[in-house]
Amino acid sequence: MGHSGKPSKVRLSTTPSAQALSALKLGDIVYLDGLMYTAREGVYMRALDDQANIPMELPAESAANFHCSPAATINADGSFTMGAVTATASFRFSKWIGEWMAKSGAKLIVGKGGMSQADYKQHFVPNGAIYLTTVGYGTGALLGRGVENVEAVHWNEELGLAQAMWVLKCNNMGPFIVASDLEGNCLFERENAKISAFIEKAYEGTRPATLKRYGETDDRTDEVI
Amino acid sequence: MISIEVIQRTAEQLMAKAAIEIPQDYLAGLQTTAAEEDGDLSSFVLQAMLENYEAAKEDRRAMCGDTGCPRWYVKMGNEARIEGGPVALEAALRRATANATSNIPLRPNRVHPLWRTDHDNNVGIGAPEIEYGFEPDGEWIDLITVHKGGLFGTDYRMLFPSDGIEGIKRFFLDSLVAFGKRGLACQPAIIGIGLGGSKDACMVLGKRAACLRTVGDRNPDPKIAALEDEFKELGNSIGMGAMGFVGKSMVIDCNIEVGYCHTGGMQMSVHAFCLSSRRAVARVHADGRVEFRTDPDWFTDYQRRETVEWDIPESQVKSA
Repeated sequence: MGHSGKPSKVRLSTTPSAQALSALKLGDIVYLDGLMYTAREGVYMRALDDQANIPMELPAESAANFHCSPAATINADGSFTMGAVTATASFRFSKWIGEWMAKSGAKLIVGKGGMSQADYKQHFVPNGAIYLTTVGYGTGALLGRGVENVEAVHWNEELGLAQAMWVLKCNNMGPFIVASDLEGNCLFERENAKISAFIEKAYEGTRPATLKRYGETDDRTDEVI
Repeated sequence: MISIEVIQRTAEQLMAKAAIEIPQDYLAGLQTTAAEEDGDLSSFVLQAMLENYEAAKEDRRAMCGDTGCPRWYVKMGNEARIEGGPVALEAALRRATANATSNIPLRPNRVHPLWRTDHDNNVGIGAPEIEYGFEPDGEWIDLITVHKGGLFGTDYRMLFPSDGIEGIKRFFLDSLVAFGKRGLACQPAIIGIGLGGSKDACMVLGKRAACLRTVGDRNPDPKIAALEDEFKELGNSIGMGAMGFVGKSMVIDCNIEVGYCHTGGMQMSVHAFCLSSRRAVARVHADGRVEFRTDPDWFTDYQRRETVEWDIPESQVKSA
């Protein structure tokens, strides 16, 4: 699972086969082709909590859920101006992700910073899905270039532009990094483990604050997500 | 009299410059960091960011899709007079923010905290923030826009004199490690530290230290300047790089600002100005001239003054 030298680059469909997904290793660089839709808290609340009908055929049209809202605008004539595209941190959507996968058949969850290994094991592995993280963050201009067309925007009136469901046609859109594999291994937790020994050393010569914080952790292998 | 029309037009240009053009000082800092980074994944990330800045400039497209929270810092020379007064100024900055959001475009991030109402223009209650500063001399107005990312990398803590430098270091590391894992802070960042003041003033100082000073700049107090160097090195020695991958690029620079505080306390705040450190500045003169720059030059001797009266330095005294 270790990396040596430069990460390898692959192109992947947004309706990927199980075989294509099984070939991906943690740390691989991915570029996407096909339709991808954005869904974050607004879409999850509307589709799952409020049980609204999802305005797309999922996963036939797209099996790629992007935790994103683009810097884009709807022009007076109904056309779109697409600027930069940057993901938002995915860990906040943990409570919805299992139900969303069951409903949408998503195979690719694309976002910022990954999710926990526990989420991967519990929700991603049974659904044959993996997580792709954006790079940086964020390479908004590069990802914006990878959007060939804005196919549609749904629920913008109900949710506002920043929470709407944008349907993007991707053409060699990237880079993304494979942050979980089909077995549910987690790239970020692997990196955390490698770094934890250095962290202890950096703390040498410091002292804990006189005034404690109620409920605070001193376990430096811990994460805030 | 400074024309309000020139102010609004300049403010719209600043919104675009901040969103699209990475400031030269940050770019140079990141290039240096990228040359020294040897972690494979962390290196890949930094190279992608450098390519991203080029793509943004070529396409005139925002470098990051998350606009952050656009805000304004306004500084006025003591003799500056604005057409229509401060109310007209604030209206012009709100208009410029709204227009730029659809024209560039930027992501309309600003919503009501409870009702999530989105005007799709980054304007609302208290948004954009407009903060003011003054300088003893001049008829100009400086317009500074900062689009700082919003959710991770910032923290506050009440420390005490007994916590000392060791306590300050601990909280600095706590903040970097907490938000550095998985790259939530979008590092490597300009880390701003506020020390002292009161809780609100401490947050303001730290944020300004991150956003209104440049990479390579040092506090005029030599002991604070030495701390800035030390903290930069400490931050880069954690073993963590971009996106929380193994590496050594966490801190592009560390800027510390202080304010006098309660005798029993030593407030501390930490702020991270991210890989898209968006700031742009223009000085608008009474005669209509506009000069663009990227250094806010906010922390002048006047802003950091300690005395009751401001004694104008000899060099600045006007001849009678």
